[in-house]
Amino acid sequence: MELFWKNKDLDKRRFWAVPYIEVLVFLVVLPMIMIAFYAFTNGAGHFTFYNFVQFFTQSDAINTLIYSFGIALITTIVCLVVGYPAAYFMATRSFRIPAVMIILFILPMWVNFLLRTIATAELFGLVGLPLDENALIFGMCYDFLPFMIYPILTSLSKIDTALLEASQDLGATRLQTFFKVILPLSKPGIQSGVIMVFMPTVSTFAISELLTHNKIKLFGSIIQESINSGVMLNYGAALSLILLVFINLTMLLGKNADKESSLH
Amino acid sequence: MSNSRYIIEVKHVSKEFEDGTLVLNDVSLQVEKGEFVTILGPSGCGKTTLLRCIAGFQVATSGDILLNGEDVTELPPNKRSVNMVFQKYALFPHLNVFDNVAFGLKLKKVDRNEIEKRVRKALKIVSMSDYELRDVDSLSGGQQQRVAIARAIINEPEVLLLDEPLSALDRKMRADMQLELIEMHKKLGITFIYVTHDQEEALTLSDRIVVMKDGKIQQIGTPTEIYNEPQNCFVADFIGESNILDAVMVKDWLVHFCDHDFECTDAGFGTDQEVDVVIRPEDFYIKSLSTNPSPEGEGEKSPWQLRGEVTSCIFKGVHYEMLILTEEGYELSVRDYRCFEVGEKVQLLIKPEDIQVMQKECLYNTFQGTVLEDNQVEFLDEAWDVSERTADRFEVGEKVDIEVDFNHINLQDDEEDGVLCGEVKSILYKGDHYHLTVVTDEGDLFYVDTKDIWDKGDRVGIKIAPSWIRLYKVES
Repeated sequence: MELFWKNKDLDKRRFWAVPYIEVLVFLVVLPMIMIAFYAFTNGAGHFTFYNFVQFFTQSDAINTLIYSFGIALITTIVCLVVGYPAAYFMATRSFRIPAVMIILFILPMWVNFLLRTIATAELFGLVGLPLDENALIFGMCYDFLPFMIYPILTSLSKIDTALLEASQDLGATRLQTFFKVILPLSKPGIQSGVIMVFMPTVSTFAISELLTHNKIKLFGSIIQESINSGVMLNYGAALSLILLVFINLTMLLGKNADKESSLH
Repeated sequence: MSNSRYIIEVKHVSKEFEDGTLVLNDVSLQVEKGEFVTILGPSGCGKTTLLRCIAGFQVATSGDILLNGEDVTELPPNKRSVNMVFQKYALFPHLNVFDNVAFGLKLKKVDRNEIEKRVRKALKIVSMSDYELRDVDSLSGGQQQRVAIARAIINEPEVLLLDEPLSALDRKMRADMQLELIEMHKKLGITFIYVTHDQEEALTLSDRIVVMKDGKIQQIGTPTEIYNEPQNCFVADFIGESNILDAVMVKDWLVHFCDHDFECTDAGFGTDQEVDVVIRPEDFYIKSLSTNPSPEGEGEKSPWQLRGEVTSCIFKGVHYEMLILTEEGYELSVRDYRCFEVGEKVQLLIKPEDIQVMQKECLYNTFQGTVLEDNQVEFLDEAWDVSERTADRFEVGEKVDIEVDFNHINLQDDEEDGVLCGEVKSILYKGDHYHLTVVTDEGDLFYVDTKDIWDKGDRVGIKIAPSWIRLYKVES
């Protein structure tokens, strides 16, 4: 009897999913189909590979893609190097300090990131620093650092202190405990932190536009310009599709490498 | 190596936490090589802190801890030849069973083949041989416990510390693991120090038991000593079921309680000394009054000492647990294999050797105070009325000793009605009344005898009638 009710309940609850399915269809699936459609057609709506041929024969676009991946990689590494100790500090200190630090990290997040980026540009101007590649990387790290810190902080706070004591009890020094217990156990946090920083930075364009006055073009900038120009809409769609494929490939590679390392 | 007879010596160790609570209060303990010692006590008694001081996770505020004759009080855990089995196992979730067990050896850079050999051996000891490559999360609680033990013994520690290792297991599993622990202890030949709040577990496992309460050791002894000869009410009450009664040691070999005189096997308490007696429920002899009516009048004196009526009888599997209300109004818990119906009149007999006489910790509440004006005294930072005209014997401002009997302290439901506020900390049933320990908000203790029923944790107001506050001149 109870089971019967539960099943019926479940049936009812299926309807709750309808709004989400609608959102998914209209905001994710449909745009994807449209991107694919535009990527494989020309301005007149005829099927063509021209857009892709154009990309792979132009060293410019390919170089920008590689450059964007490079910048994203550097940003991710810097965020990790700066963010991990910060998260570690917050996870291990007494209760009040992390609360203060979290507020300090959250506070800038309340300001729209475009405003923050413009402010950063102004700040660089004020101090007299050139708006170049370094400024770009600084701005990206500044914007995305919290996305690295939070997942790591979460995974670090979840580690049972008894595990650290057990490690010490079995003869490990503090350093050994860090490398043999804390670091491996915070890996899920590092992974999601890396994804959350790498993915948006590889496709960003606003930050490079604002922080280098459009001197440095990232892959995102090219897509944006192509689409905004109106005439190159189909080319822009093809570039988006290519970027999507490359991001997925990177993530897939990361996942596989991780699986293999955990097997050994 | 030291030639010390004791593997562990704890010397006058006290531990105060940062918030000022005294968790260990002058604890001294010696453990011999190869012993199985259990530290037993209710939660918050400091038993785990003591274990953590021995392991090195906490440093004693004062006192010394010696391991094999060497002072290790301030040595970090990774430099001590003791290993710990944690309460919730604390297995590394990112490592499989083999790597968990091998953790300690890998740190020591032991040769690979040697590691394999020793891990296999350790897993064999805990009967987990076929689980080497399993994820620790896929194991049951009992299996995880075994792996935790294997991981701790692989370093060949001189002492194995176990912090309530079986508390997360179900009853049946616990009983099995207890027997296995005894086996392992025999096989390994190393010292086990085991912390538990389960008195049955302590009695089953240990060579010796250390009973703790409020950061102090109450008694150290073999399980039989602890059970049969508890040193105070707390131990008697905590270990097993017991009847604890107020009594008077009339003279050597004779004790008076439940309004009767009983022969006993104790002496040396002096005459007419107030004491506590403990009688285990299974030590009573019981028979029905109706089946063998005792001769009325001046006939031969019956050996059966107490008469009463059964007020409750509960079947407990092997025996019946009964409450007997004696004619004098004392309620006694009695165990027997036979069932006596509720309402049945019965007779009880207690043999002299089954009466355990214990010194009372104190006979009345004592305080130090100062005489104020207008027949008042000040103690515990409060002014109290006394019925005595203080001017007759004392000067204003004179220091006095104050005594108040347990049964003349008046507890109030409403905290506001009392001169002091406090909380009921422990309750001991003494046959016809309750003996309460009340802690005031300032941390002072009141012992209260009352017939009223209170619960542990109740907030109470404390009042004392002026006529029951006795004042004594301070002897210089």
